[in-house]
Amino acid sequence: MDYHWDWLFFFRETDDGLKYYDWILSGLGWTTLVSLASLAVALALGSALGVMRTTPKRWLVAIGDAYVDVFRNIPLIVQLFMWFFVVPELVPDSIGMWMKQDLPYVVIAVVGLGLYTAARIAEQVKAGINSLSRGQRDAGLALGLTEWQTYRHVRLPMAYRIVLPAMTSEAMNIFKNSAVTYAVGILELYFQYKQIIEKTSQVLEITIVVTLAYFALAFLMNRLLAFVERRTRVPGLIVGGKGGGVP
Amino acid sequence: MIEIRNVSKWYGSFQVLTDCTTNVKKSEVVVVCGPSGSGKSTLIKCVNALEPFQKGSIVVNGVAVENPKTNLPKLRAQVGMVFQNFELFPHMTITENLTIAQIKVLGRSREQAVDKGLKLLDRVGLKAQAAKYPGQLSGGQQQRVAIARALAMDPICMLFDEPTSALDPEMINEVLDVMVQLAQEGMTMMCVTHEMGFARKVAHRVIFMDRGAIVEDAPKEEFFGQPRSERAQNFLAKILHH
Repeated sequence: MDYHWDWLFFFRETDDGLKYYDWILSGLGWTTLVSLASLAVALALGSALGVMRTTPKRWLVAIGDAYVDVFRNIPLIVQLFMWFFVVPELVPDSIGMWMKQDLPYVVIAVVGLGLYTAARIAEQVKAGINSLSRGQRDAGLALGLTEWQTYRHVRLPMAYRIVLPAMTSEAMNIFKNSAVTYAVGILELYFQYKQIIEKTSQVLEITIVVTLAYFALAFLMNRLLAFVERRTRVPGLIVGGKGGGVP
Repeated sequence: MIEIRNVSKWYGSFQVLTDCTTNVKKSEVVVVCGPSGSGKSTLIKCVNALEPFQKGSIVVNGVAVENPKTNLPKLRAQVGMVFQNFELFPHMTITENLTIAQIKVLGRSREQAVDKGLKLLDRVGLKAQAAKYPGQLSGGQQQRVAIARALAMDPICMLFDEPTSALDPEMINEVLDVMVQLAQEGMTMMCVTHEMGFARKVAHRVIFMDRGAIVEDAPKEEFFGQPRSERAQNFLAKILHH
């Protein structure tokens, strides 16, 4: 093979005075930031939507269902372009200008990825709550807990335990999905990957390194949540299989 | 204490309760029996508004449960309920099960709540299990904890929804013993159960339901001696002679 392997290029200087490995580390940092921030948005909003869809209030169910239908049926990259290019034109001018000029890109990217993932979290939270017996809710209410307290102390703690393996997959997916945000100018790992290929044409080395980096991020998340799963396991109760997130 | 007046309930067009009227006086023990699907559980769940009903009225300690202005959590906190499938909270220890509502609903301090919970746990003979989780206890033990959990709220009356139906036969008596003791102490109780031995021992009245209606509502001696309706006679014959 004619390919000229050169692993040391990572230590060479770039145009901007940094080393190539600095670009990778910087990309890794942005990928981690965007992913974790989006995950926080997705968990908060997805949980709220999942709960709404299990309440006896029909209008809350309708809002939750509509949200999931919209955000689950449109490709992530199209949703990101919507937030970047279309939404600023649809809102009042002053807000649109602010979105285009002052709002950091990364915030829009985090919101976009977070809202997309929230639809999937909402599905899981709903499924978890619905898998519990109706008697658990009744028992909470019969003790005088309010509907909200029954969610907070009785239903959600068990629902999260039940769907933790599915959520683990989602938390790993978000690292992979965050690569799409390069398309709206976030200088994350995939962006740096493309840039380094253009500058150095050391395609194989950089591809291997970036592959390993993404693998490590998702794998770390998997191990972390497997640990959470073990720590929160209820003694004497069998929920699903053994610990360890489903990849 | 509990006045049920002309209560009717429908699921869609299907009527599950038809014009049910009865009442439970203070310190009275009333047993509700009847074939499955007769509406017993539904009726008892109407008492603390776990099930809504479309017609009639239920007044508990002077408060109408169907009134939209009624503070339901406050009302329910005064009415203890024990379920067929125990419904302990699986992710909480026994102590946490006994204290959560005391703390969150009654506003008791943690120390007060634990103190009260452990006393009641002792009373049902399970003090040694305080740190365990429900999944580590037998069905009979779980149901005794569930009774203690309801009593921890200092209820003015207790509702039992087939408390022994999900238990293995050898565990039924440990639960019934607790209920008998409670009845003898003067607790107001409404019990859906097929345990006719329990009914004979402590019930003041027996209500027989069939197809959503109260067919018979009689003092215990009368019910077991000479039920008036043929359906109640048939039911008794079936569950007493097998």
